[in-house]
Amino acid sequence: MRRAFVAVLVAGLALSFASAATASEEQPTLAELETEVICPTCHTTLDQSSAPVAQRLRAYIRARIAAGDTKSEIKDRLVAQFGDQVLASPPRRGFNLLAWVLPPVLAIAAAAAVGVLAVRWSRRTAGEAEEERVEPSPELARRIDDELARLDS
Amino acid sequence: MAVGLRRLGQAMAIAVVLALLALLVWRVVRDRDGGAAAALRRGEHPVAPNFRLPRLGPNGTLELKTLRGKAVVLNFWASWCLPCKKEAPLLEAAYRKWRSRGVVVVGVDANDLESDAKRFARRYKLTYPLVHDGPGKWLDDYGLEGFPETFFVRPDGKLSSWTQGELDAGEIEDGIRGALSP
Repeated sequence: MRRAFVAVLVAGLALSFASAATASEEQPTLAELETEVICPTCHTTLDQSSAPVAQRLRAYIRARIAAGDTKSEIKDRLVAQFGDQVLASPPRRGFNLLAWVLPPVLAIAAAAAVGVLAVRWSRRTAGEAEEERVEPSPELARRIDDELARLDS
Repeated sequence: MAVGLRRLGQAMAIAVVLALLALLVWRVVRDRDGGAAAALRRGEHPVAPNFRLPRLGPNGTLELKTLRGKAVVLNFWASWCLPCKKEAPLLEAAYRKWRSRGVVVVGVDANDLESDAKRFARRYKLTYPLVHDGPGKWLDDYGLEGFPETFFVRPDGKLSSWTQGELDAGEIEDGIRGALSP
């Protein structure tokens, strides 16, 4: 019963995210595109820029939204004119794919390396501690026993 | 075996660090170069960086080096730039006056929407050749710092002089005469 509830919940969440993404793709807003498009002269996103060309780009995006373009179509039009650098996130193709693939790969590799080193280090430390254990001399053992006996009494 | 692997790993790490350092140095040197404008500032007269860009309006492209033998007034502009609006009629007038004497004006529209640039050309009735460099990929080679900037190119393809900001009619005349003088 509980498993079925969790499955339904996960499916519902996935569907709601998917429908939100579809809505964003088919009916983009100026506000969201402003955060995804870079001003060609000041190299910040449009929402951070008041440069003349940024104002022209805003007007252009507004006109394309009114004309019914999807988000991808608007971005494609902008890339055709200004190149890939007009997008805040590099497109997921060609050489730019590295920007998407490398960070998680490096993060996983770094985590694995840290894990391996931690295991090796903890094993070595335990071994060294074993080697460093020294039995007390008979004299020292006698004194320890005496001290403990005194404490007990 | 383990020692060999460790050495290989160390060598690879050092190689990656050295490669990144080399990339950094190359980038810094390239940025400091400052393009053609910086060379002119140093008193040098390098060959104008050649480009091939799509024409604004008619189909086809224009390559700068095909204009060898003519003095070229190379004006970088954008439709959203206010001073560009003021100097465009002066450039058109200079083109009409000088074109029969081996001078051509070329407008390079950069960092601009093509539709805006075409509207600009129609509004100011520009008849001189215009090309479109939307991404502004030639701006670094010329060392542009803003719009408008204008380079005067000699008939042999070498840069003669350059002006930042809005030109007046006298500056255009002086630039053209300087480019035509041997």
